[in-house]
Amino acid sequence: MSRPILLQGGRVIDPSRDLDELADVLIQDGKIAAVGRGLSAPDAVSIRNVKGKIVAPGLVDLHVHLREPGNEDEETVASGARAAAAGGFTAICAMPNTDPVTDNQAAVGFIVRQSGRAGLARVHPIGAVSIGQKGERLAEFGEMVGAGAVAVSDDGRPIVSSHLMRTALEYARTFDIPVADHCEDPALAAGGVMHEGLVSTRLGLKGIPAAAEEIMVARDVVLAELTGGHVHLCHMSCRGSVAIIREAKERGIRVTAEVTPHHLTLTDYACEDYDTHAKMNPPLREAADVAALRGALKEGVIDCIASDHAPHAYDEKEAAFDDAPFGVVGLETAFAVAHTELVESGIFTLPELIRRMSTDPARVFHLAEAGGGGTLAPGSVADVAVFDTTAKWSVDPAAFHSKSRNTPFTGRALTGRAVLTIVAGTIVHEL
Amino acid sequence: MTAPALGKDLTGLEHMTPEQIRLILDTAEPFKEVSERPIKKVPALRGKTIVNLFFEASTRTRISFEFAEKRLSADTVNVAATGSSVSKGETLVDTARNLEAMRIDMVVIRHPSSGAAEFLGDRIASNVINAGDGKHEHPTQALLDLLTIRDKHGKIEGLKVCLVGDVLHSRVARSNLWGLSKLGAEVAVCGPWTLMPRGIQELGVTVFGRIEEAIEWADVLNVLRLQLERMEKGFIPSLREYYRVFGVTPERLERSPKPITIMHPGPMNRGVEIDSRVADGPHSVILDQVTNGVAVRMAVLYLLAGGRAELADAAKRGGGGGGGAGGGSE
Repeated sequence: MSRPILLQGGRVIDPSRDLDELADVLIQDGKIAAVGRGLSAPDAVSIRNVKGKIVAPGLVDLHVHLREPGNEDEETVASGARAAAAGGFTAICAMPNTDPVTDNQAAVGFIVRQSGRAGLARVHPIGAVSIGQKGERLAEFGEMVGAGAVAVSDDGRPIVSSHLMRTALEYARTFDIPVADHCEDPALAAGGVMHEGLVSTRLGLKGIPAAAEEIMVARDVVLAELTGGHVHLCHMSCRGSVAIIREAKERGIRVTAEVTPHHLTLTDYACEDYDTHAKMNPPLREAADVAALRGALKEGVIDCIASDHAPHAYDEKEAAFDDAPFGVVGLETAFAVAHTELVESGIFTLPELIRRMSTDPARVFHLAEAGGGGTLAPGSVADVAVFDTTAKWSVDPAAFHSKSRNTPFTGRALTGRAVLTIVAGTIVHEL
Repeated sequence: MTAPALGKDLTGLEHMTPEQIRLILDTAEPFKEVSERPIKKVPALRGKTIVNLFFEASTRTRISFEFAEKRLSADTVNVAATGSSVSKGETLVDTARNLEAMRIDMVVIRHPSSGAAEFLGDRIASNVINAGDGKHEHPTQALLDLLTIRDKHGKIEGLKVCLVGDVLHSRVARSNLWGLSKLGAEVAVCGPWTLMPRGIQELGVTVFGRIEEAIEWADVLNVLRLQLERMEKGFIPSLREYYRVFGVTPERLERSPKPITIMHPGPMNRGVEIDSRVADGPHSVILDQVTNGVAVRMAVLYLLAGGRAELADAAKRGGGGGGGAGGGSE
């Protein structure tokens, strides 16, 4: 067991208890031992002076792609967990679209073991909804949950069959896990590479209409109501989806939703000049969508921020726009992008942002039962991040811990970054 | 040496100035005459190597470029990369690097992916000319259309030009739209709503849902090719119905108060988007477009190679070591 750590004199923000005050945090035996002023230091304690810094529960990311097994040149569980720690994340949830697909207990157990070996941010596996993510037969949810899966998803692929979605939502109730869906009507989206709108018209690129997402969001909400299951809607991108979710929540349907930092900050204009680093699915949409997503996140209609960290080898993105793969990395820029664009600009308070990046995502995937996260309450697992919210830096992909460099934020001037990340009482990142 | 008037590449008309477009059209004028001579050759690009890199099938455009290059005395190589089993993106990157390694001067590229010409231009030092990239732009086609309209009407400003048909998938339509608006024409599009791109009105374009309205309005109809696969993909129910609803026919044109100039970028589907009697009729300038294509492409090649517009006339006379390109002869 590592030495006790005393974080002295920081501004402690714990949204799980609506706490925002100057205090010390004592970490002992992997747990939060105490939060308060002038805590006395036990023997052999390691003291960090965090005056002027923010002490918060570690960030939680419900949506990352780690490429292991299958494409370890792009990312591994260890490199992804390292990137996460550098970004202030203490827990990340790995999507099952690996090669082979994480659709059984052995595959889920492999992710858990790789996470343990890395000993960095904890990596929670998400199991596949269907075997091979083929959209046909249900995978063994029960065994996967037993091996450590915290949710199920066919992310990367939409669950096309409404019958499969229905049975997944029903069957998942037994294990009290959410079914996370990538909402996209494949017939409407077929061949599309960016948002369908004025920019796609000018660039001559095939568009993906917002309706492709909205239709599936509406379907999922209807099926969640029918089944009583918990549907989690991945990476929401458009204002129409927000309206559907808002209405569903008002009616008490068990729906939660996430939004990425890039959908909160960029529009389809980022695709100008055929910049393949602005190619992701769902695509970047319009300014009115960005405004709606920000409003929904503020209100809690959208529950949390998730990065949809999607590493790709540099030469895959070095291609014509049509030919480049979808996706961007985000673990190492998520907090700073959100802090710069949402907090510095006065839209969110810092506690509101931390709630949406830590406490709320931990709640959505019930991570308290899976090892902890999202709180600094004494007695809870010591997953802690310390942020310097005044640190100014600019994004240099070459400095990433991730194995991949495909970010749309290269060169962007940002404010705020994690200076210390602690998982279960062990320091996993320190600047 | 003056700065090149066009920049390094010609990838599209969207980001060009009206002056640059006029410069190309004006430079094309003296080159028209070269193709009318018994010996159709001037030395303007002697010693230049040009690669025609066609990732998509093309007859007219490729031959037109090749004639333009040969009539300017350039050395040319044709590379047809259709049917390659290598994925398109990889091919493009590697092709760019290999071409660069061979120290060529210019690349004329056609590619099925929008943005491919810009992609190539950003990665090699040679001049890149876009001969059609996906659904994005086909700038030399629009330039030859502009030249043909100017020949026929003596002006472009103030004319009403309607692009008819599959605007959604048409790079010709996009380049025409930019070129025509920049030179002061009024632009409209006409076709089924399934073949209209989103937000097209926001580009300052009138949209006609019926061909009769377009005919009543227009001075010029530029009739786009309807690819047969559009029917297979469900954008229109049948070619027969398309002809009946949107076909440009003599009967429809007769109702226009004035003669309408008829254009088509080719290849035509006679009896689908255009009736043969219209294509072969007195107001058709379809073959003039083809003729002008060579002159416009000569002008583009000449200007990108560093040739100066005021010397184009001297260049075509030929005597001596080539006028202008690559340093000039003054």
